[in-house]
Amino acid sequence: MSVYINKDTKVIVQGITGSTALFHTKQMVEYGTQIVGGVTPGKGGTEVEGIPVFNTVSEAVEATGANASVIYVPAPFAADAIMEATDADMDLAICITEHIPVLDMTKVKRYMQGKKTRLVGPNCPGVITPDECKIGIMPGYIHKKGHVGVVSRSGTLTYEAVHQLSEAGVGQSTAVGIGGDPVNGTDFIDVLKAFNEDDDTEAVIMIGEIGGTAEEEAAEWVKANMNKPVVGFIGGRTAPPGKRMGHAGAIISGGKGTADEKIRVMNECGIEVAETPSVMGETLINVLKEANLFEKCKTH
Amino acid sequence: MNIHEYQGKQIMRDFGVSVPTGYVAYTVDEAVEAAKKLGSDVTVVKAQIHAGGRGKAGGVKIAKNLDEVRTYADEILGKTLVTHQTGPEGKEVKRLLIEEGCDIKREYYVGLVLDRATSRVTMMASEEGGTEIEEVAEATPEKIFKEVIDPVTGLTPFQARRLAFNINIPKESVGKAVKFMLGLYDVFVKKDCSIAEINPLVTTGDGDVLALDSKLNFDDNALFRQKDVADLRDFDEEDPKEVEASKYDLSYIALDGNIGCMVNGAGLAMATMDTIKHYSGDPANFLDVGGGATAEKVTEAFKIILSDDNVKGIFVNIFGGIMKCDVIAEGVVEATQQIGLTLPLVVRLEGTNVDAGKKILKESGLNITSADSMAEGAQKIVELVK
Repeated sequence: MSVYINKDTKVIVQGITGSTALFHTKQMVEYGTQIVGGVTPGKGGTEVEGIPVFNTVSEAVEATGANASVIYVPAPFAADAIMEATDADMDLAICITEHIPVLDMTKVKRYMQGKKTRLVGPNCPGVITPDECKIGIMPGYIHKKGHVGVVSRSGTLTYEAVHQLSEAGVGQSTAVGIGGDPVNGTDFIDVLKAFNEDDDTEAVIMIGEIGGTAEEEAAEWVKANMNKPVVGFIGGRTAPPGKRMGHAGAIISGGKGTADEKIRVMNECGIEVAETPSVMGETLINVLKEANLFEKCKTH
Repeated sequence: MNIHEYQGKQIMRDFGVSVPTGYVAYTVDEAVEAAKKLGSDVTVVKAQIHAGGRGKAGGVKIAKNLDEVRTYADEILGKTLVTHQTGPEGKEVKRLLIEEGCDIKREYYVGLVLDRATSRVTMMASEEGGTEIEEVAEATPEKIFKEVIDPVTGLTPFQARRLAFNINIPKESVGKAVKFMLGLYDVFVKKDCSIAEINPLVTTGDGDVLALDSKLNFDDNALFRQKDVADLRDFDEEDPKEVEASKYDLSYIALDGNIGCMVNGAGLAMATMDTIKHYSGDPANFLDVGGGATAEKVTEAFKIILSDDNVKGIFVNIFGGIMKCDVIAEGVVEATQQIGLTLPLVVRLEGTNVDAGKKILKESGLNITSADSMAEGAQKIVELVK
């Protein structure tokens, strides 16, 4: 088992003919992901890298039986692309695109209400179940198959955590990047719930950053519901207030959303928080050892 | 992106949202001309800077005649205002808003923001106008009323009415308040605002409802479709290094340390700053080169980092995903040679195409200290700038 994706997931790439999409399509295919089609309006009927291209998502789904879509469409058109994937009843739509206007996303969220599709992102690295399926832009080689779930608002910090775990011989069940935007499809609690119910996941590492209160809410959820150990990290401890640190969501405003407050709440809820990003892996491993889960989680 | 009050009021006026009549002035003579044109009994002279708290800092004056307009304009133009939002260095006033005075009966607060918890735009209103809304939220949270807005319908008249009654707008003015709120919401969604804050909104002696102040911020990600808004950007109000960085689509924020940072990804960039601090170093900046960096972009990033005289060393921390390490490495080599970099440089590369990247750095023959992890890199650069 794993979360959201596995070896049977059939993926189409929206915006497949763009250069970034094409580069990462090749990487995904190389990793073993079943990329069954692509969509670029006007290029239907052609092929790239031996993958058939369609004009619309519904056409692609009909022809290939795809159940997941990854979106690399440029920001001005990305909201529409997410809605097109939703309309085609995809199980999963993963939106990599960054810089989507936030008001577009409020409409997308409204449109998706009551519909089947789960959106991950936007502005995220994607989702990977090691050795089975990689959907997104993360470097595949740093991952190892195993039993630790990873969920993060930041792409590069996810890689950092995964890398530390793999180096220490601790594999991952699934790593989910939820993205750094203020309005996104899947939040911490959604992913924590999925990991809690996943037989293959023994522990979770949750990586947040300054801004908003998603980490605090997730911590309260963990305290009330989670029956697996969770450790955390919060980026932006030294960030000055009022400045937007790259991610649209990463801003301390009106004294809210500080790293210290998040860490305080997480600690209170029984989540051990790594002091620096370099010890995210180490912190998790110590917790695994305390819970007698280390042997089980170590890749042999 | 921020704009000035007078620009915000012009946008509101264009949407039929009521604001006092006023004109912008860059000189004392223009200020007097503007006041003549207004011909009002009382004229307000308001400093235009991108910060709140102008009144307390002496940036807003009420003039009773043209002589007073001249005196106040002369006093405020060129003055450096220090408010709780400008930082201790303050901001120099280069523009004034000359506005007709009005007979204020009561002050209220109306604001629109994105509520992250519901992923909806939310209108907030309070009868405690004129004070910071954060203070009201702290002291008397029961005096703040909220309406969560469905993007399909937009703000509905019944929601606006409910807010108006809740904040005790006199019933003869409720109709005008509703029109104001609906208009403000229209501005917010049609102009891609991230914040629209009217503090104070006032009722006047003759029952009018209008915005005495206007704070509009815009979603940077939507500026591609708001060209007229983008044109209102005032570069004098921003850090020149941040302006330069934005031209190359680099996300840069100046800080006051001495270690220049170049990182990919906002999360990792923040974590890199945190790590440098942890090893008792001081980051000079936040810099996210983004996903699609080219050699040219990396060179520009180096130049911007180095334009800060406090920088004594640079730490490049890259974990390539969408970003390829070989591209970064080429950029680093090119930039180092082009600029003739003499400061210590520590580079940590990991991720997509890492081997190719490391090879490029090694074969360049340049004096680059390499690191295998973020912690090692941070420790090395902290040591090197000592």
